[in-house]
This record gives sequence, C-alpha cells and structure tokens, in this order.
Amino acid sequence: MQNNQHNPFGIKMSKKPLTKNIVTLTALVIAFAVMLVLSEAGILSRHMRSMLVPVCINIILAVSLNLLVGFLGELTLGHAGFMSVGAYAGCLFSIAMKEILPMAIRFPLAMLVGGLVAAVFGVIIGIPVLRLHGDYLAIVTLAFGEIIRSVIINLEFTGGAAGLKGTPQDSTFVIAFIVVMITLILIINLVNSRHGRAIMAIRDNRIAAEASGINVTYFRMLAFVMAAFFAGVAGVLYGHNLSILTAGTFDYNKSIELLVIVVLGGMGSIRGSIVSAIIITLLPEVLRDLADYRMLIYALVLIIMMLLNASPRFAAVKAQFSPAALKAAAAAKKAAKEGNANE
Amino acid sequence: MMDFLSTLISGLSLGSIYALIALGYTMVYGIAKMLNFAHGDVIMVGAFAVITSVSMLGLSPVLSILISIVCCVVLGVSIERIAYKPLRKSPPLAVLITAIGVSYFLQSLALLIFGSTQHSFPKIINMPAIELGELTIRGNMLITLVITTAIMAGMSIFINKSKTGKAMRAVSEDRDAAELMGISVNRTITITFAIGSALAAVAGLFYGTTYGFIGPYTGSMPGIKAFVAAVFGGIGSMPGAMLGGILLGVIENLSKRYISTELSDAIVFAVLIIVLMVKPTGLLGKKINEKV
Amino acid sequence: MKKIFAIALAAMMITVMFAGCGNSGSDDASFVIGGVGPLTGDYATYGISVKQGAELAVKEINEAGGINGVPVELLFEDDQVDAEMAVNAYNKLMDDGMDVSLGAVTSGACIAVSEKANEDGILMLTPSGSQVECIQYPNGFRICFGDPEQGVNAAKFLANNNVAKKIAIIYDKSNDYSNGIKETFVSVAPEYGLEIVSEQAFTNQSNTDFSVQLQTIAGTDAELIFLPIYAQEAAYILTQAQSMGMEHIFFGGDGMDGIVEKIGADNVSATDGLLFLTPFDTQADEQNIKFTADYQAAYNAIPDQFAGDGYDAIYTIKAAAEHANVKPGDADFNEKIIAAMTEITVDGTTGTMTWSADGAPEKAAAVVVLQDGVATPYTAK
Repeated sequence: MQNNQHNPFGIKMSKKPLTKNIVTLTALVIAFAVMLVLSEAGILSRHMRSMLVPVCINIILAVSLNLLVGFLGELTLGHAGFMSVGAYAGCLFSIAMKEILPMAIRFPLAMLVGGLVAAVFGVIIGIPVLRLHGDYLAIVTLAFGEIIRSVIINLEFTGGAAGLKGTPQDSTFVIAFIVVMITLILIINLVNSRHGRAIMAIRDNRIAAEASGINVTYFRMLAFVMAAFFAGVAGVLYGHNLSILTAGTFDYNKSIELLVIVVLGGMGSIRGSIVSAIIITLLPEVLRDLADYRMLIYALVLIIMMLLNASPRFAAVKAQFSPAALKAAAAAKKAAKEGNANE
Repeated sequence: MMDFLSTLISGLSLGSIYALIALGYTMVYGIAKMLNFAHGDVIMVGAFAVITSVSMLGLSPVLSILISIVCCVVLGVSIERIAYKPLRKSPPLAVLITAIGVSYFLQSLALLIFGSTQHSFPKIINMPAIELGELTIRGNMLITLVITTAIMAGMSIFINKSKTGKAMRAVSEDRDAAELMGISVNRTITITFAIGSALAAVAGLFYGTTYGFIGPYTGSMPGIKAFVAAVFGGIGSMPGAMLGGILLGVIENLSKRYISTELSDAIVFAVLIIVLMVKPTGLLGKKINEKV
Repeated sequence: MKKIFAIALAAMMITVMFAGCGNSGSDDASFVIGGVGPLTGDYATYGISVKQGAELAVKEINEAGGINGVPVELLFEDDQVDAEMAVNAYNKLMDDGMDVSLGAVTSGACIAVSEKANEDGILMLTPSGSQVECIQYPNGFRICFGDPEQGVNAAKFLANNNVAKKIAIIYDKSNDYSNGIKETFVSVAPEYGLEIVSEQAFTNQSNTDFSVQLQTIAGTDAELIFLPIYAQEAAYILTQAQSMGMEHIFFGGDGMDGIVEKIGADNVSATDGLLFLTPFDTQADEQNIKFTADYQAAYNAIPDQFAGDGYDAIYTIKAAAEHANVKPGDADFNEKIIAAMTEITVDGTTGTMTWSADGAPEKAAAVVVLQDGVATPYTAK
C-alpha cells in the first residue's frame, strides 16, 4: 500500500473525481429543489429570494474563474471585464429583440450572444496575454478590464455612465440554476478530459508539459476562451436580473471579489468554489443588521479564514473532524465492538 | 511649448508620488514575494495621522510628520507580523487575499473613525506658485518633485551601499542562500515593511499637500496606479518602480492634455499593455530564466 | 477539512436568513419608511446625509405624535451604489414591513429599485435620484430636480443674468448625474447665446488631479467654468484653481451644495464668488435655520442638500398620508397615498413643492453666491 504514512487505516482518502463531482452535482440539485420549494411556499424571505439568482451568477463566475486561476494556474484580475462585455452584448440583443422574439427563444439566444461576444474578447485579450505570466499577466488582465469599462462609459449605445435601461427582466432562479448546471457539467467534463489534464500539466510545469508535446498556446487559449464565455453568460444573467446595467459595477473590485471567492474555496476545487460563492454572496447581506460594522467584520472574516487555513494547529483540529478521520474512528469502534462480541 | 512644459511638470509631480508608493510595492514584492494590496491604505492612514495631529491636537507640522511616519511604520510592521508572517509558506494568492482583507479592514476602520466625508489636509507646506515667464508652477508640486527625487536618490544609495540594503538585495535574490550566509530573513522582511511604510507616510503627506483632501478610500486609487507603475517598471526592481511611477504620471497628464480627458485612464492602461507586450517583464525587470 | 468549516458557515448563515424572516411581516403598529443608499464606499457621504436628514424628520414627527397617530419607523439600508445590492436591500425592507419606499439615493440604484416598487405598487419617493427613469412609473416621485431640468435652468440663468458668454465645462464622465446635466446644458446653450469653448472630463479613477484640465481651460478665452459635479470633486478643482491663480467665475449645480463644509476652513477663500443653483439654503428661512441648528446638534455637521432632501421626503410622505387620511394597513393605502401626492403642497427645506403625475417636483431654483463661506441669494449686477 502506498501512502501508508498519511493514511494509516488504508482508507481511500479521495474518491475518484467523477464520483466526487456527481456527489457535488446531486447535492446542488437537492439544494436547488429545497430552495425552490421553500421559495414557492413563501417560507423564504424576500430578501433571501432576491439573492438566489445572484448566488447562481456568482457560482458560474467563480467556477469559470477557477478554470483560469485554479486549473491553468494564471492569476487574472479582469474577469469582471468579460462579464461586462457579455452583459452588454446580451442585454443589447434582448432590447433589440424584445418585441420580435418570445422570451423562451430570446433569452437563451441572448445568453449565447453574450457568451460568444465575451469569448471573442477572450481571444482578443488572450493573444497578447499569452506572452505573459504571473503578476504581469494579472496586471494586463486588470488593465484590459479597466479599458473595457472606460470604453463602455464613453460609448453612446451602451448608455454611457447613465447605464443601459430597458432590458427585459428574464432571469429567474430556475433558469439561472439550469445555466449553473450546464456550466458545471461542461467545466467538470473539460477538467476531467485529456484537455483538462493538459491544462493542469501546464500549470504544474509548463516547460515539462511543452516538452511532452502539449500545445501550450492552444490549451491556455482554450481555458481563456472557455472562462470568458461563461463569464459572459453570467453577465447576461446579471443584466436580465436588474432593470439597469451600469459599467461602474464591473470595476476591478468586482474582479477581486470573484478572486476572493475562488481562493477561499480552494484553487482547483469546483466544489469549494460553489460553497464559497454561496458564502461570499450571502455574507455581506447576512451582516446587514450590523450596519456600520458590516464591512469591518467582512474584512476580519476574510483575514481570519486565510490565517486559519494556513495554521498547522487548526489543520490538526480539522483533521480530527474530517470525514476520513470520523470514518476511521467509527471503523475502529466497530472493530473493537466486534472484538468484544467475539470474546 | 509652455503648455507642454507645465503639463510635463504636473505629470512629473503626480508621477513622483506614484513612484514613492510604487517603491513600497516593489520592495515588498522583491523581498517577501507578495503583492501588498494594503499598501495604498497605509498612505491614507499616514495622511490621517497628520490631519489628527495638526488639526485636532494642534501639534507642529514637523512633529506631526514624524508621528505620521512612526504610525505608518508601526502599522506596516504589525500588519506583516499579524497577517502576513503566518502565511509565509502559503501560496502567494492566499497572501494576496489576506492583503485585500487588510485593505478592506483599514478602509472600514477609517470610515468608522473619521466618517465618510473627506477631510481637508492642513497646509503644512505653503509655497506660492512660481512664475517663470509664461510658465506657472504650483509651489507644492515643485516641493514634491524635489523631495521625492532626493528620497529616491537616498534609497538607491541605501540599497546599493549599506549593509542592510545589501542584505535586502540578497534576500530578494535568493532567500535560502541569504539565510545560509547568516542574514536574518525575518528581520530583513520587517525592515522592508518598515521602510515601505515610511515611504507610504511620506507619499501620504505629499498627496495631502498636493491635492488637499483625504478620505477613507483615498488610498485605493493611487495604490492601484502605483501597482501598475511597479509592474510597468518591472516589479521587484527599485529603479524600475521610480521610472514606472514617473512615466505613468507623465503619460496620464499628457494623454489628458493632448488626446482625451475622457479616455485618459484607458490610454494609460493601453500603454502599459503595449510595453508589456514588447518587454514582458516590464521596463527594467529582470528576465526570468525558466528551468525545468 | 476546510470544506466542513465552510459548509458549517454556510448553514449558519442560511439559518440566520430564516431567523431574519421569522419576525418579519408588517404589523401596522408603525408607519415603516424604508430608504436605500450608500452608507459605505466612495459615495457614502450622500447616503449618510439623506439618512440623517430623514432621521431628524422622523424624530420630530414622532415627538409630535406620528403620522395620523401612527408612530413612524425609518429603516435605512446600505447599497454601496450598486444596483444589485439596492434591490437586495429593498427586498429586505419589504420583509421588514416597509409601507413607503424612499427609493434609493443614487440614480442607478433607484432605477433598479423603482422596478420592484412598481411591482409592489407602493409609493416610492426618492430624495435624490435625479435621472429621468427613476420616476418612470406612476408610483414614483422625487424631491430633487431632474438632471435635464438642471441643465436647462443653468443655461437660462447664465443667459438671463448676462453672467458670461464663453463657457468651459469640467464634468465627471463616469457619473450619470454630471453627464446628464452637461449634455442638456451643451445642447441648449446655443439657444441662450452661450458658447462652449472647452469641455473637460474626468472619471472616478482620476478625480483628484485637475491640473491638466484647468491649464487647458486657462489657455482658452473662457470667462466662466461650469462644474455640474459633486462638491467633493469641486473642492479639489477650486483649491487647485486658486493655487494656480485662476480668476474665472465658477458656477455649479445643486451637487455643489455642501462645498463650504467639504472644502474646510483652511481653503474657504477658494469658494469666494462661487455661484450655484440650489433649491436648498441652510439660512433661507426660519424652517431652514431651525433644521440646520437641529441637524448640527444631532450630527455635528452642517446639512447639505441631500440632508434637506431626506428631511423633506419624510415630511412629504406625512403630508400625503394626512391628505389621504390613511394609515398603513388601510384597504387602499397605496392607491390613496399615491393619489394624494399630486394634490399636496409641501413647504420643505428645499423649497415649496407640488407634484405633477409624472412625479417631478415643481419648485423654484435659486442661485446663491458664496463669500467667506456664507451663501447669499444672487442679485444681478
């Protein structure tokens, strides 16, 4: 048996990724069903209900950003830029088609349009960015995000600083959830495919990956375009959830908020991104009653969570309560019991 | 021509403030290998320290500048001790997020203490505008320019000649090797944060005297621009940070004057992207040799 | 495992959400007025002013026995100028039993909220949402002037009083209020014989250094600089213009209000001769003097127009409820109070107002001139 030192009980520490992901998806579907029932039955407060769609949007954004930060290993600070491009494209499409197409056709098309336009921007931005790594790449993506925002403010057809108005409010929890599921299935599939392994190989050692015949440029571009596409789709959902779209929403603070979600959830962990997207979206809203101290506490929670994650003592405590350890303890108990019975 | 010159001078003055902040960014990056996003907010704290001691406590300007520097140094070092040191072995992104948390923390603390309105900065440095023929130069800009140049020259000498400066360069070059040579890495990092924060206090002072107002969020925009400047010049390189900061200020003002005031932000970022396309590690950044 | 910690936190938060809604539901023992605005972030000062002005009015009304005998309760939520957060806040207020909404303090957030308020059919009276679309629905009303209106008023004033003919403008490209006024002003300027010699912009990313814009204007033959912007940025511009030795006339819109407070005692000389259009003057009449004194006593700050707007909004709601003679919980409360809005006249701190069905107030705009930090009504020379 390998890994004996870390795993003295011989229990498989991590299940196969596929099983793990099926568990995640199932849990998500159950959570969705519960929320839907609660919301339809009127048990859920309006405040909570109004956050269902934003939570879904942030899950899509976080998972797609995780593709870049977690799986490709490149820090980007311009995710909000892709989101805004998608949002504007999708909303302009919907406004133009408002009277022509029924919602059932218009909205999916709007999402496709938003996603594709964002993907095109992914290519445009991806080409120059591919020369860069690390912090240089981070700053260039931040710069692109800011340029996009600045240009949107200066254009006429985007409504400028006053914002884009008149988008039909098509986003519902059910639609948003369906998009979340499609996104997750596509991204999980990508990650677990040959392509995904190639992307992770680039992350772990780019030169070694290149030497083993992986086309680094192609796969980096693929990850970029995929992430941009889904960010664009999330943007369309966002734009159709509110009656006004302003460029100011998509500043670097938004990108940083998304990055916080991904890092808190654990880079390269899709399940982590989902859970953390839920927490980070709800946290400021839950803390509303604390009024003036809200942002202060949010900041403290952020710092403390990062410090706890890194603390060896906390890791030891956590390990005691991990499912593996609990299972092991239960098994030991059972064995002891059986031993007793045999006597 | 006069027009061009005065735009250039105001750009240099703005750029020298960016350069001071960028120096702090780049030193911390070079030595602790982390992006200290809270650096911009230390400027705000420094400026508020001056406001409090001059306007509220009625202390003399010199004394309050010293108080402000001490405040920032203590703050910078304690941030490093409490929030960053436990994360030294964590991935750089985890440290980045903590730094963002610290930045939010400082901003919301300042909001609670000083309220949301911006406070006017006491006129510590009072110098009338100088007129050279048709050219009018604001006194504060000139002072900012002269003193920041002096500080940057001093920093260069310190880094290149002094023992501590050499230790800092050694740690930034190779932390493990430096430790083996008997350099205390922890001490060097603490000194770096102390110097960076002291520079931030000075930047806060000049920011305050040049622009006149300080609020809880004042530090964030110059912080971001200084980060851009540091990368522009090649992050980790001190001359790079100075050059990057000054160029950024000059480009910003020239594009405002001659191209478009609406799009000046976009132009600054576009220039940055073009430079990084041509020189992927910034203007003076070292080429990183990748090893398998 | 980190995930367990995270899931526990998530579970805890969801429980809090449910707990939050447990005590909701509107009891009709109080008249709940809900406001949304920035209480943190870059624009916090506007939200806080509105909130404090409204609080003061609520306190006064409750001391005098409430509205139609029902005590008033003011709930105010933060939106950080974000439309999504504003809608969340609005929904939370609905959970808490809001009877009348103050919309949102800033236009973008207010437009998002107006959509929801329209669905709910409650009266929405925004103190300061100045974009046209803020009050696009029949239930929407506002206290402040609309952006286009201000642009026209500004041009009209300059032409009628022959203040200046050659105008330069500095405006905030990233701000809807500033853009809205500037665009109307520029489009009507020729009608009033005004010539725009220079248009200079800035954005919220570069709103501290105005040396280039001012230098450019100094190089033209502009006589007057129009600043359709907020007081904070104006404070930067005026102090920098002073230190550059510029002697132009400066002229602002209602966003300029509070400039004396913002610019600070050290720099107050920079505001000498500044003209601005405002419906709010701290010393206009006895009511305003009392309001200013009470506000100063309560919050240790001089009220600005936003505070006046918040204060007036509460009294307007009171007047409408009393005119319609309704209390929360009455059968046609919403319909009656909305209908009453077009029938009342309110003498507020920001002027005497009446409303038409489109929701915009009818009130006089006065121009004041500052000298040594004191505003006096402008008199044509």
